[in-house]
Amino acid sequence: MRAFSYARAETPQAAAQAAEAPGTKFIAGGTNLLDLMKLDIEQPSRLIDLGPLDLRAVTDTPDGGLHVGALVTNTDLAAHPRVKADYAVLTRAIVAGASGQIRNKATTGGNLLQRARCPYFYDTNLPCNKRDPGSGCAALRGLSRTLAVVGTSDACIAQHPSDMAVALRVLDATVNTLKPDGTPRALTLDEFYRLPEDTPHLETTLEPGELITGVTLPPPVGGTHVYRKVRDRASYAFALVSVAAIVNGPDVRVAFGGVAPRPWRVRDAERAAAQASGEARADTLIDRAFEGARPTEQNAFKVPLLRRTVRAVLAQAAQEEQA
Amino acid sequence: MSEAVPARLPVTLTVNGAAHTLTVDPRVTLLDALRETLHLTGTKKGCDHGQCGACTVLLDGQRVLSCLTLAVMHDGQAVTTVEGLGTPEQLHPLQDAFIRHDGYQCGYCTPGQLCSSVGTLDEIARGVPSHVTAHLDDVTFSAEELRERLSGNICRCAAYPNIIAAVMDVHAGEGA
Repeated sequence: MRAFSYARAETPQAAAQAAEAPGTKFIAGGTNLLDLMKLDIEQPSRLIDLGPLDLRAVTDTPDGGLHVGALVTNTDLAAHPRVKADYAVLTRAIVAGASGQIRNKATTGGNLLQRARCPYFYDTNLPCNKRDPGSGCAALRGLSRTLAVVGTSDACIAQHPSDMAVALRVLDATVNTLKPDGTPRALTLDEFYRLPEDTPHLETTLEPGELITGVTLPPPVGGTHVYRKVRDRASYAFALVSVAAIVNGPDVRVAFGGVAPRPWRVRDAERAAAQASGEARADTLIDRAFEGARPTEQNAFKVPLLRRTVRAVLAQAAQEEQA
Repeated sequence: MSEAVPARLPVTLTVNGAAHTLTVDPRVTLLDALRETLHLTGTKKGCDHGQCGACTVLLDGQRVLSCLTLAVMHDGQAVTTVEGLGTPEQLHPLQDAFIRHDGYQCGYCTPGQLCSSVGTLDEIARGVPSHVTAHLDDVTFSAEELRERLSGNICRCAAYPNIIAAVMDVHAGEGA
């Protein structure tokens, strides 16, 4: 691991100010960043440890929603009584990811910022526009079976790896941040994550030093919550595809994971699906949400797999609604 | 390429009940501090990338991967390693059950399996759900829950059935 200097954060704003300097990174759980530093993919010259900050609370908001501090661990968030009761898709998504040991350490803010799991991002011997801007993309003609099918560009086809973020997207969560000058911001996940275009190394719209302080969930919307993850082994693996759904009679909200550079959700597709019935609901939803898909030969299986997964999710929701 | 060696920093860890103040390079992981500085070599370095679970320890009572965290991040916190679970004269019930059920072969994964099992039993008791929990409000102990929850601990000898049997045994004893 390369040398870095280490400092403990004292206040959120002081941390944000200190992190404006180039080469500075925040560390919270560290479960992704330290792995990448050992592999020489991340090379921060300075780490600011957010551990001392008071961002570990889950609190009710005045409108009946929930605010989750950035340092709440994945385990604590998944096990929170209100999350289990009102935002079950979030609990289900979190416990579908990683291992118990990692969920005990990984944080809400860090989960949003975890980096791509593309094999070429991880292999420092090969070109990768995300790791080394302008070097090219080895994945385009390489092993792309696990990679994204939609929202990609000629510069990058990596998919976003988070399960938690897919559930947050279907829940219309907002990311709360603090800029170094003290200005707070609230960003939807679509505002928070950039698509790769020709700058895949820029993954979010966070400005230098800007600190994630928490995530806000709007008031509960009821319905049946389902998270279905399809992967190469039964546990401790990233998604090939995943579906986060909230089903309320004919209304269906769906976000997709494992298939795009950010959690993928298309409102028009949901509106069209609400007008359809039976098997046509899943087909309408997939056809509209993946209209612009550009899969590779190796990952073209993902779109039909999603179609079958959405059918299964809608069947499960119908069954649970009846129960 | 020349790189300045970063300043060493003090950190106090309570390991298996004893407080230790160390002065460490900030790059030192909790795993390396335990093994190389405190000479507690029970905790094993497997993959060093968070994929195998061999380095699992309990941090303030919760199981974590000691390879994916820095020692300096845990000032004032309590760490329990396999050496702190029991002694050769008085084994932890899980250590005893692992022996009776032959829950290990090469044994390299065993310290992580033991710490992970201790953490898992506590998580189930606290109602923390898992991927296989059918009803989020009703977290109960089962072999299926154990298999899912211990999936982050890899055993290349595939002693899994015996490990599950050992943890089942301890849970049955606790419940009796």
